Parts: sequence; C-alpha cells; structure tokens
Amino acid sequence: MLLPPDPASSRWGGRFAAPVTYLVFGLVNILVFGLHAHGDAVFAFSPQFAKVSVPNLSLPAVATCFVCGGITIALAIVRLLDVTGRLRLGKVTRRVMIGLVLFLFVIALLAWAYAGQAIPFNVVNLLSGTLNVSIPIMLGALTGVVCSTSGVINIAIEGQLLLGAFCAAIATSVTGSLWLGLVCGALAGSLVAVLLGVFTISYLVDQIVLGVVLNTLVLGLTGYLYNAIMVPYGDTLNNPSTFGPWKVPGLGDIPIIGPVFFDSTVFLYLTYLLLAIVQIGLFRTRWGLRTRAIGEHPLAADTVGIRVIAMRYRNVILAGLIAGIGGAYFTIGSVGAFGPDMSSGEGYIALAAMIFGRYTPFGAIAAALLFGFTTQLQSILSSINVPIQSNLLLLTPYVVTIIVVAGLVGKVRGPRAEGVPFVKS
Amino acid sequence: MTTPPAAEPAATPPPEADKERDSSKNKSFGIILRESFLEGNTFTITVLALVTATVLGGILCAFTNATVLHAPTAGAMISRAWDVASGTYVALFQGSVFNPHTVAELFQQASLPTAIHDGYLSAVFQPLSETAVQATPLILTGLAVALPYQAGLFNIGGQGQFIGGAILAAWLGYDLSLPFFVHVVVCVIGGFVGGAVIGWLTGEIKARTGAHEVIVTIMLNYVMQYLLAYLLSSQSLLQAPGSPNPITPPIASNAHLPLIAGSNLRINVGFLIAIGCAFGIWWLLNRTTTGFEFRSVGANSSAARVAGVKVERSWVLVMLIGGGLAGLAGASVIQGTDFTLNPQSYGTYGIDAITVALLGLGRPGGVVAAGLLFGALHAGSPGMQTVTSTPVQIVQVLQALIVMFVAAPPLIRAIFRLRAARASGVSATMSKGWNA
Repeated sequence: MLLPPDPASSRWGGRFAAPVTYLVFGLVNILVFGLHAHGDAVFAFSPQFAKVSVPNLSLPAVATCFVCGGITIALAIVRLLDVTGRLRLGKVTRRVMIGLVLFLFVIALLAWAYAGQAIPFNVVNLLSGTLNVSIPIMLGALTGVVCSTSGVINIAIEGQLLLGAFCAAIATSVTGSLWLGLVCGALAGSLVAVLLGVFTISYLVDQIVLGVVLNTLVLGLTGYLYNAIMVPYGDTLNNPSTFGPWKVPGLGDIPIIGPVFFDSTVFLYLTYLLLAIVQIGLFRTRWGLRTRAIGEHPLAADTVGIRVIAMRYRNVILAGLIAGIGGAYFTIGSVGAFGPDMSSGEGYIALAAMIFGRYTPFGAIAAALLFGFTTQLQSILSSINVPIQSNLLLLTPYVVTIIVVAGLVGKVRGPRAEGVPFVKS
Repeated sequence: MTTPPAAEPAATPPPEADKERDSSKNKSFGIILRESFLEGNTFTITVLALVTATVLGGILCAFTNATVLHAPTAGAMISRAWDVASGTYVALFQGSVFNPHTVAELFQQASLPTAIHDGYLSAVFQPLSETAVQATPLILTGLAVALPYQAGLFNIGGQGQFIGGAILAAWLGYDLSLPFFVHVVVCVIGGFVGGAVIGWLTGEIKARTGAHEVIVTIMLNYVMQYLLAYLLSSQSLLQAPGSPNPITPPIASNAHLPLIAGSNLRINVGFLIAIGCAFGIWWLLNRTTTGFEFRSVGANSSAARVAGVKVERSWVLVMLIGGGLAGLAGASVIQGTDFTLNPQSYGTYGIDAITVALLGLGRPGGVVAAGLLFGALHAGSPGMQTVTSTPVQIVQVLQALIVMFVAAPPLIRAIFRLRAARASGVSATMSKGWNA
C-alpha cells in the first residue's frame, strides 16, 4: 500500500481536541457558572405526591461549580497524559470520561441556574421527561442501526417518523382503537422502507440521495393531505385519543428509579423491548451474524449462500416498523392531533445519534438520550428565569454533537459495505 | 484498500448495447433517432420522469378532492377527476409562464401606449418574472449542492449557509449607509462571505477530523436556525428596535438589488447573478486545474491523493465556495424580494436545493434548468391554491417524485419498456456510502 497515512490522525487537531475540549468545559464551569452563582441550589428526587419520598439535597452553588470545574480540569490533564503517551487508558475509561465531563457540566449548570430559586429542582421530572422526549429519537436510531448494519444507509428515518405519526393519527381517529393506530403507524414506517428498498436495493439509486428525497416526499405528502383532507374533516380524521401512562406494579414504586423508568406509556416499554431484541438479535443470533456479514462484505456472504438482496429487503422493512412506532408516539403517544412537519427533524437527530453511538444499539440509545436530555433541560430551564436565551440552549446539543463527532470521537467507521448496492453477478 | 467489486454496476454498458450501436451504421436516420429514443438516454429518461411524476401528482390531487370523492357515478368521478387535475396544472402554468387573460386585457385597452403605461404589458410578463424570482435562490442553492457533489461531498447544509449569508447581508443592509451601487455590492459580498464561513467550517472539520459532512451540515443547519432565532429576539443584536416580532429593520433602499424590467415586475439583478454563478462554476469545473482536482477527488479520492492532489484542501475549498453560493442565495432573497430578515426567510431552500441539484444531474447547466422548472412550480402554486383549492404542498410532492424517477433510470425504463442502454442518470455517477 503506497497510500500516505490517514491525515486525520497525524494533524494536531485530531489528537489534542479531546483534552482541549475538556479544559474548555472545566473553565466554563468555574469562570462562567462558578463566579456568577449566589446562594444554595436545592435538588428534589421524588415526584409530587409520591408514596415514598426522598429528602431534598441542598448544595452551595459556588462550591459545587468550583468542584465540578476542578474535577473536569483534572480529567483534561489525565487525558493529556494519555495523548502524549505517559499514561495508557482503555477505550471504556475514555468513554466514561466523556460522560463524566458532560455530567459535571450539567451539574454546574443546574447549580448555577437554580441557586437561590424558591422551587427546588426536580431531578425525577428531568429524567422521566428526558426518556419520553427521546422515544422517537431512540426508535429512529435503532432503525438506523439495523439498516446500516445490513449495509443500507437510511436517511429516510425522518420520513418514516412523519408518515408513522400521520397514519397512526388517521387510523386511531377512524377506528377509535389505539392499538390499531400503533400497528398502522408501524406499517407506515415500513412502507417508506419498502420504497427505500425498491429504489436503492433493486434500482441502485444512491442511498443518501434517495433518503433525502423520500423525506421531502413524505413531508410534502403529509402536508398536502393534512390541508386537503385533515383540515376539512378534522373531527373524523384527526381527532385521536392517546395512550395513558401505565405504572409497572411493584417496580413503579421504587424511589427515583420507579417514576423515571417504570411509569410511562406503552411506547417506553416497547423501546426497552426493541432495544433488547435488536441488541440480542444482532450479536447473539444467526440472523445477526448474517446481517453483519451482508453489511461488511456482501460478496463473501453471497459466496457462502446468504441471499444478500432478500435479506437487505427484509431487514430494511422490519427496521421500518421500529421507526413507524417511534412516529406513532408523536400523535397517539403524546400530542394527539397530527400537525404538518410534526417530527421537526428528529429523524435527522436519530441519524446523528446512530453515528455518534458508533452503530451499536446501546450507543445509539445513549446518544439519543443525550439529545432528549438537552431538549428537556431547555424546556425546564426556560420555565424559571435563567438569564440564558432559550434559543442558545436549544442549539447546544447540535454544537455538542459537532464537537463530539469532530473532536472526541474522530472518524467513526461504519459497516464496510454501507451505502454500496449489491449486484449479484 | 480494496474496492468492493460491485461498486459501479451501471458504469459499463451491457454487451448487447455495443452490438446494437455497431449495427446501427447501416440504418436510416429515422430508425437511429427512434432507437436512440427507445434506448433511454438521459434526456428521454428525464422527460419521462417528468411525465410520470406529473401523472402521479394529478392522480393525487384528483382523488383527494371533495367534489371527486362525492361524485354520484364512476363516470362522473373520472370526468371530475380529470377536471380537477387538469385545472390544477393549468393554474400552475398560468401562474408561472403565461396567462392568456392578461393578453386579452392588454388588447382590450383603448390605446397600446397608455395600456403599457398602466402596467398591462407587465401583467403579461408577470408570471415569467415570478418564475425567475423564485428560481434565483433555487439555482444558487442548487449550485451550492452541485459543486461539492462533483468533489464527492454531499452538502445538506444549504439551509445553514443560506442563513449565514442572509444574516450578514441583512445586517450590512440596514446598518450601513452607502451610495447606491456600492451598498448593493457590499451586501452581496457580505452574503457570499456569510455562507462561505459556514461552508468552510464544514470542510475544515471534515478535513481535520474526518467527521462526515452530512452529519456536520445537518447539525450546522440547526445551529444556524437557532442562532438566527436568538439574534432576531435580542434587541441589542438584529431585532428591529421597538418591534415585538423577531424581525430585522428593513434594509436601506440603496441595498436593494436593481430591478431589470420596470417597477411592476419583481425580476431583479439577482437572477443575472445566479446565471453568472452557474457559468462561473461551469468554467471552474471544466476549464481550470482546481476544477479538475475537484472532479478527480470526487471520482476517486485515493487515486487523486496518489496523483498529488491535496484532497483535504479540495474539500475545504469546495465547501467554502458552495457555502458562499448558498449565502448568495440568502443575499438574493433579502436584497431582492424580502428586504428584511425573519425566521421564515430561509423557507425550505436547503431541501429544495438538493432536489434541484439532483434533477440537474450535478451539472451547472442542468441546475439552471432544474431551478427554472422548480421556480415555475413555486411561482404558480399560490395562484393554483386560490383557483383550485389544491394545497401548495403538491409542489413539494411533485419535486420529490420527479427527482425519485430521474434518479432511477432502470425504473423508468421498466415502466415505459425502454431498452437498457448507456449508463445515465444519477445512479451511475454515484453509488458510494459514508465510507467512500
């Protein structure tokens, strides 16, 4: 191989980006939050009217910010030693460090924002809200993982979410059955997947291009049908009921964990289930091994008798069901009525979460939760008078993604044959 | 570095096609013409894709219309469906190209000179002017996608770059007071710079760290969208003093792009700038070393690197120019039609740009044609909605359908039973994934 080495690894930006980013976070914790905080911040850990209540925690804001900043800077130094070769850290340790830096940043932010506020900051509301807000992103990202692992780039997640939301709303309004709406939403997701499959697997259209076009098509189609039939016949076509929360008996009463993880709509439990299915399926079954094979080296898979094209079709369509369920959450899981462009780009976020999570189910879910967390944090902080513009808060997750994708993670390698159509010769 | 063997399936023509072409020497011109049509070359495919999309769009508007659905008999339903669909397209045409009523009115006036003075002649050309106005940002943002596409980059960041340009153009427009011509030029350059900065950022991040440009551009779109919302809601920044709405003060009249065809028509110099940019990009790609490097990076970046092309430099440069073009689109909207910046200014140009670039097959000339076509759809849609009560979103559906069919020549060949022939269309030029 005469090719020169990959330039990304030899440039300074690639190596020192991580420690420098940590350092910036640490300095923000101290100089921005620490020096401008006054009084104590109170954290509450149980929802209102809980059976078992956990006592509130009161922290002095200034000291908290300084401690968070100090630890972050210490982490930056450790990472610097790792980069220069004085210290060897494992992959897991590095990732834990990323998580820790972000966690400390959030603590400092909250301590600063809630210092001297009359209402305590409710941690349970933040966390359970995060989980619920993230449902479409998590399911979309899982869809992306399955498709990418099979060697098909799915940019049409956005379209799948939107059509899922639309069809779930119509089906529930017409039949009155929430479960039928859920099924129709899922099927709508796989309908988009069928189009994706026909055009990219059979007709070899570029997958990124077609994904973007399918999103435009669904956006236009749902917007058109909304104005053409949903607005004039709103009572019969766009008036669905929604799934109510269901508390898991026993588990739901555990302090902190219960209200966060086990007191929600069926969509959250479906997300747990689908995460488990995808994780076990991909890494513990014959189907998973074959799926990874057709994504990495379809020719080799074909040689040993795996039907690559049929398998890609099946995986893309099955994965479409997952995104369709995620889309149904928008209407029959939370808001009820359908509105144009309801998914507001969350499919693209799911895509970013998938790459951010390095094409693994758990990684994708974790990244999706990060996005949901910032959205939820923003909506909570905007309810108290924090002197941060809500728009600036809203753009932080996107900046963080760029930083993470560029600086902390570097080049993420997807499945080798991802995006390359397979032609049996 | 082994390339997968199945990477470019459509690039080599099947052997039968070669044989046919050899034997065509002895045939008459008419037969050659007919066969070349049936072979399904790029032009035929594009026309048939347009026809297919139009038919599907017509079916969609017909069978979502209340009068059609409530028709008493099947025959009545079909005739009403035809009326609705054809009515929709006629209204689109009248709003974007030519409306016979305006000519009739022109000649009903007592004397031609006074009629021209009263604006009846302008009314005849009003639809075409609107098409040009709508096409201007589409052509510019389409070029912003098409140019990086030639270098193998997929620029979904048209929206963010558009906003970057619009912010700078609007700010220079209302904050400075300069003489007429200078002010226009300063704002247009500002628009280019504003977009170029965002594009450069994407290219630089990709070149330095290898982060995929699709993700970075999508993220930057959101960043710019919220940044704009922030700037427009802060009195000390861009928001008009004393205004409760998120909107900038109107730009100075000296910064307006000059009108080309009289005060009644909105067509302005922006359209000429767009055409000029398309020509410039064509020249850059086909007549300069830099352009050759761009294309070689797009064709095979590893080979280009071995041949001594600085691949990273090409990425940065191509995104910088692409971003600048999208920024120019922002400037053309601010200085040409809107005259103020608000959160609706960026519309759906980011996504429309992709469809324009794809329909134009990534070539500057094609982008101009595609921009004019979609500009016509945009120009005709408001009138269509008032006349036929068909929602304007039908335009977006049509756009997506057209691009889908243009991108899949084998599908069009299968529908119209054309013979498989030379490689054509988008799928032949690109079928590579994230990792390419």
